[in-house]
Amino acid sequence: MKKLLNTLFVTTPDTYLSLDGENIVIRQEENILGRYPLHNLEAVCTFGYAGVSPALMGSCAERSIGLTFMTRTGRFLARVTGESRGNVVLRKEQYRISDDERRSALVARNFILGKIYNAKWILERATRDYALRLDIPRIKKVSAALSESMNLVHSVEDLDILRGVEGSAAVQYNSVFDELILQQKDDFFFRGRNKRPPLDNVNALLSFAYTLLSNDVRSALESVGLDAYVGFLHRDRPGRASLALDMMEELRGVYADRFVLSLINKKLINPKGFYRKENGAVLMDDDTRKQVIKGWQERKQEKIIHPYLNEKISWGLVPYSQALLLARYIRGDLDEYPPFLWK
Amino acid sequence: MLVLITYDVSTKSAEGRRRLSQVAKKCLDYGQRVQNSVFECIVDTTQFRRLKFELEELIDEETDSLRFYNLGDKYKTKVEHIGVKSSYDMESPLII
Repeated sequence: MKKLLNTLFVTTPDTYLSLDGENIVIRQEENILGRYPLHNLEAVCTFGYAGVSPALMGSCAERSIGLTFMTRTGRFLARVTGESRGNVVLRKEQYRISDDERRSALVARNFILGKIYNAKWILERATRDYALRLDIPRIKKVSAALSESMNLVHSVEDLDILRGVEGSAAVQYNSVFDELILQQKDDFFFRGRNKRPPLDNVNALLSFAYTLLSNDVRSALESVGLDAYVGFLHRDRPGRASLALDMMEELRGVYADRFVLSLINKKLINPKGFYRKENGAVLMDDDTRKQVIKGWQERKQEKIIHPYLNEKISWGLVPYSQALLLARYIRGDLDEYPPFLWK
Repeated sequence: MLVLITYDVSTKSAEGRRRLSQVAKKCLDYGQRVQNSVFECIVDTTQFRRLKFELEELIDEETDSLRFYNLGDKYKTKVEHIGVKSSYDMESPLII
């Protein structure tokens, strides 16, 4: 398995990134804020309007270092890509599957299966770890409902039915998500998912975590040569990385939701770091955002045993290993796509 | 793995001073400068061999010297820093 390299996040405004030899140099006016060798980096992510020299863009493209630009709030703006990687045969097969609704459904249901399975185990694990603090019967009921949804998913060969099952499973899971928040409950609560803009602290954190995850998933898919814009469950829409969204389904819960929960429950973030705009949108201040990114990077370094590959890898390589497995399935080396089943 | 590189390049001649700056530049491509002629580089085995080869090409073995200290993957317990010019940790979150 490849080694997970570091990601450089640039959150300071008015910076300019340039290339010097084999180094990326971060400048603010005359001062050099940092200088790092490119071979140690997996990706560069800038927040706000950081300028980047064309020479550095070229170098990043050449070395397959992801270069992404986001707004201060973490909304995706642009990404620099070089030549398409991987082979066309793989991509064409991906398009063929995507064009065929039934074949799409066969892959898509495994993403959803992974999603529901992981949601169930997040709940089960919580009942085990915090037996005295949670409404156990309520959570058990949801968990049983999720098991039922999983049985349904097994036989579905139609995308619309699949979406229906997924939707109702998500409603079930969301209905008890608030229970999993154990600390700072006055400021962090979950009444339902809202986005663009998020209207409370928890939704602001979730949205931000999903953005970070989608960037990781997207570059993972591209690094194995798949087209992140052609999905199976999510249909084609200009500018939407549908396949990345598909693959995120199974990772959202275990990767992003649990990350957000641990930030809150371990009190790594503070409600004072959030502010509300006139339109109701809740935003994080710069320090909180940095704290979240730091936690995210640390989480990526943690090691787990991959349930299917049975190999010890870091959390940060999970999107990459799933992308590899998906490519193997599309190539015909695997009979089914094995979703990431966390336990 | 972490490799510590130190060097002495004779600067008696103009040619030597040119070599010195070339060696420094090469080391900087691979890692960070922690003291004047001391560099810390995080590299894999392939990168390390290439770096070593490139440096060997640059120096003049009659007058200069190079030393490589291999500190392995678990270098964090092996390095301690006191005083000014603290370094960054290439493997912890990089946020600027």
